[in-house]
Amino acid sequence: MTRVFVAIFAWAVLFFLVAPLAVIFPLSFSSGEILTLPVPGYSLQWYEDFFLSERWLDATKNSFVVGFATMVFATLLGTTAAYGINLSNFRGKTVVLATLSLPMVVPLIVTAASMYLAFSVVGLANSLWGLIVAHTIVATPYVVITVLASLKTFDANLMRGALSLGAPPVTAFREVVLPLIMPGVAAGAIFAFATSFDELVIAIFITSPGEFTLPRQMFAGLREFLSPTITAAAVIMIVLSFILLFISEAIRRRGERLVAARADKTGSDQ
Amino acid sequence: MSKKSRISWLLVAPLLALVLLGFILPIGYTLVKAVENPEVTAALPRTVTVLDRWDGEGMPPEEAFAALVTDIEEGQRGREFGSMTRRLNFELNGARSTLMQTRRSLDELSAPYSESLPAAIPEWGEPQLWQLIRTNSNPVTASFLLRALDLQITPDGRIEAVPEERAIFIDLFQRTFWISILVTLICILLAYPTAYYITTLSNRAASIAILLVLVPFWTSILVRTTAWFILLQREGPINAGLLGLNIVDEPLQMIFTRFAVYVAMVHVLLPFQILPLYSVMKRQGTDMLRAAASLGAPPWRQFLLVYLPLTMPGVAAGAVIVFMLSVGFYVTPALVGGLQDQMVSYYIAFFTNQSINFGMVAALSLLLLFFTGLLIVIARKLVPNLDTTIKA
Repeated sequence: MTRVFVAIFAWAVLFFLVAPLAVIFPLSFSSGEILTLPVPGYSLQWYEDFFLSERWLDATKNSFVVGFATMVFATLLGTTAAYGINLSNFRGKTVVLATLSLPMVVPLIVTAASMYLAFSVVGLANSLWGLIVAHTIVATPYVVITVLASLKTFDANLMRGALSLGAPPVTAFREVVLPLIMPGVAAGAIFAFATSFDELVIAIFITSPGEFTLPRQMFAGLREFLSPTITAAAVIMIVLSFILLFISEAIRRRGERLVAARADKTGSDQ
Repeated sequence: MSKKSRISWLLVAPLLALVLLGFILPIGYTLVKAVENPEVTAALPRTVTVLDRWDGEGMPPEEAFAALVTDIEEGQRGREFGSMTRRLNFELNGARSTLMQTRRSLDELSAPYSESLPAAIPEWGEPQLWQLIRTNSNPVTASFLLRALDLQITPDGRIEAVPEERAIFIDLFQRTFWISILVTLICILLAYPTAYYITTLSNRAASIAILLVLVPFWTSILVRTTAWFILLQREGPINAGLLGLNIVDEPLQMIFTRFAVYVAMVHVLLPFQILPLYSVMKRQGTDMLRAAASLGAPPWRQFLLVYLPLTMPGVAAGAVIVFMLSVGFYVTPALVGGLQDQMVSYYIAFFTNQSINFGMVAALSLLLLFFTGLLIVIARKLVPNLDTTIKA
């Protein structure tokens, strides 16, 4: 009896999580102006509106530019930092770790307002560069975490072996370490892109209409006038999240298989 | 330092520099503004020097009146003048218009100014405004932090409660924490049975269920809020459904209410509670429950004395994340809530973008940081191995 009740409850919660997202899909294909169900008929007019509007296209372009730049910077900085953290127990390590994880615990609104005030002084506010810097800072801790996790399973002897065979450290890192920690690096990179692509609060503070990203343009649209074009934009963002989720799950599975395969191999060696 | 340590530092340095320059420095720069008080001294340098020698009793000497007229004459076109009027108006309503009026009537004034100035603008004949200028010549002020706690400094330097109609901030902090606590509790109540149920499913069914949690988790907060924004409209799908089924006679007002804030925030934050709980429950397995059952414990005792304590780290880890995120929430309440449902973040944005008052931005940020930090410290005390649970 309790079991049935728990099952119904759990499926109801899962329904609550997914249903609101599912509702947007039919609405975005509606032929009517009013956002309600049932829809009067189906049409692609809101997608047409989206893809013919310069504002939406510019916003989409800005989102991709900032997202990719954030991904590249966050992955480079996060991977090198994680490798450094993993390499030795240097003095001040605890302080460094605490400092690097601060962007994750400080409320985003405080980060956004502070960056706006300080970036204005150095001319970084109201520019895509400012947004890229801000997003890189917010996204990098996640790269550090995922890369550190994959370094934990990495056998340091492999690096020592490569070095003793005369490989320069950078080559050894690229040829030996990087392929083995790739799942962590890739997962961090995807997460960095997603963080930037979805981020709105900082974008509200440090972008002006010329640099609006997709979420920022949606937010502006919601506050002015609820046009169904927003549902088309929302569907496009959901589809993108889906793609990112599947890539990251595929990477995770591959990583798990790699670890399992290595464990097997070490087991049979002994 | 060993060679390895040096390499470590070298590799960490670029990221550390970015975080220090792009994050720690901006936050420090902002928080200092909570106590900085440069405006009056910058705009009225001579007046401030003269008033410094005045004891604050009765009226200031003629010298002060003359200095004020010179200061306003010289600085009237600069940005400092405007900042100063806004700063003084924050302390005393009406100070801005008095100063603007003074600037307009400069041409009609003549020495001795201690007679002509009060004759033209009676406010200068009272000690109040002079005391205010004198108090705020101090480069450091507590008034923003006090105001964020609904207190103010009177022109003669006493601390008192602000008038009731302007006392909004204690209420605001209480509301912020109350909404966050309730959202966290609802998330725990919804997540616990759900996460447990998923652990009892077969591998295939469990991965589908987890996918249903991950999809909203990966979808942008704005998109999810947008969904609720549309669903809860007066002409929206939910009202249409309720009307169609004859459950209500006229559309319910759901958007721009506290109810909408709770629903949308729980929806956005629920995955953060389900995922850590699920990972703890999955590792836990059901061995302990079976052991308890074989020892004859009835189901409710198995749950209360065995399973609940064992899964508590998952509850705590999720709850800390949910609570910390909700305390700083901005987008969701701003879109689906009414003015009475806004949280601290709304006022931080308001003072940054609309009523330009960086002192209040800093004071509210500082208090929000303080309370969040306090929460982390308490959470660490209550759950000793919190960090490792969150990371897992």
